[in-house]
Amino acid sequence: MYGKKVKLRFLFLTLVLVSVILSVFLILQSLKDNVIYFQSPSEIKSLIEIDKKKIRVGGMVKEQSISINSNEVTFIITDFKNEINVTYSGAVPNLFAEGKGVVAEGFLKDRNYFSATKILAKHDENYMPPEVKEAIGDK
Amino acid sequence: MTKFFKPNKIFAITSRAPKYVLFLFVVVLSIGLTEALILSPEDYKQSHAVRIMYVHVPAAWIALGTFSSLTLFSIGSFVFKNKYFSLISKSLAPSGFVFNIIALITGSIWGKPTWGTWWAWDARITSMLILALFYAMYLLAWRIYEGKEYVVKITSMIAILGAINVPIIKFSVDWWNTLHQSSSVNILSDTSIHISMLIPLGIMTAAFALFSLLIFLMKYNTELIKIKNKGLDRL
Repeated sequence: MYGKKVKLRFLFLTLVLVSVILSVFLILQSLKDNVIYFQSPSEIKSLIEIDKKKIRVGGMVKEQSISINSNEVTFIITDFKNEINVTYSGAVPNLFAEGKGVVAEGFLKDRNYFSATKILAKHDENYMPPEVKEAIGDK
Repeated sequence: MTKFFKPNKIFAITSRAPKYVLFLFVVVLSIGLTEALILSPEDYKQSHAVRIMYVHVPAAWIALGTFSSLTLFSIGSFVFKNKYFSLISKSLAPSGFVFNIIALITGSIWGKPTWGTWWAWDARITSMLILALFYAMYLLAWRIYEGKEYVVKITSMIAILGAINVPIIKFSVDWWNTLHQSSSVNILSDTSIHISMLIPLGIMTAAFALFSLLIFLMKYNTELIKIKNKGLDRL
């Protein structure tokens, strides 16, 4: 139905696409540690050695774990399997709250203590009016 | 099917349709803005900052959708040497690029009060930036190689290679840990956005799609006029 040239161009395009997709896949696989924006406390726990480089840890702020001293905020990031203690001095974003997502950027002291230089609040995918939230909360 | 894309037949449509599309766009946009800015409730957590979403999310959807269709027409023009397809691709690009930029800027404005940062090199945001770069490359290639016979090949290749990025953008939030939240509006699983916010989002998406269509029709019309001026009834 189609001419020979059309078929050849289609074959060429398919080969280009397959090879580029494969290379992108391989690149992303090898860069996995850089592609992920943050690590979970469990991943920190399983680290073989502690890096001196700046890293990011993300998870939920554990309920009733935030304590604010004169110029320091301490809280616990949890992924409901493992926890990590975080200390931070500075202003926290508005959405930073207990039971909400957070990403802390900074340095690992050991597998349990993290000294943050920057706190980012992670917003989840739920959007609803306050009344609905209250109605759900009551149940 | 390809006869449908021939200038003489389609010119009658593209020269008249824009004013109706513009009218529809204005109507839908005013309804959408009223819904999004006034009638829709504030969010329980981010309060009024949620209203940025009504621009950000539709703009991102349109940018992705436009690039996908641009790629399909590019494949068509590359494989079948159909030049009307390549003109359609060319005319689709500008509005997609603009919406891509809008998505990046509104995301940045939203990110500052909610996340606490203007920019993060996470997978979703970076892949969206790459899409903007591909749009820019695509548009520049049309300019640089204008009039050259290989312009269609070069631009098609840019579009086809850039399209690999599209599924990466879509699934970046599922494949990797990202600062960007995962998708709220899902076809296969539950939608985690309240109906009172979903309606303005839908109307705004329709408005942006109409704007995209309007710009596309005007661009395509210009391309057809260029052909007419050369005194050709076909390419």
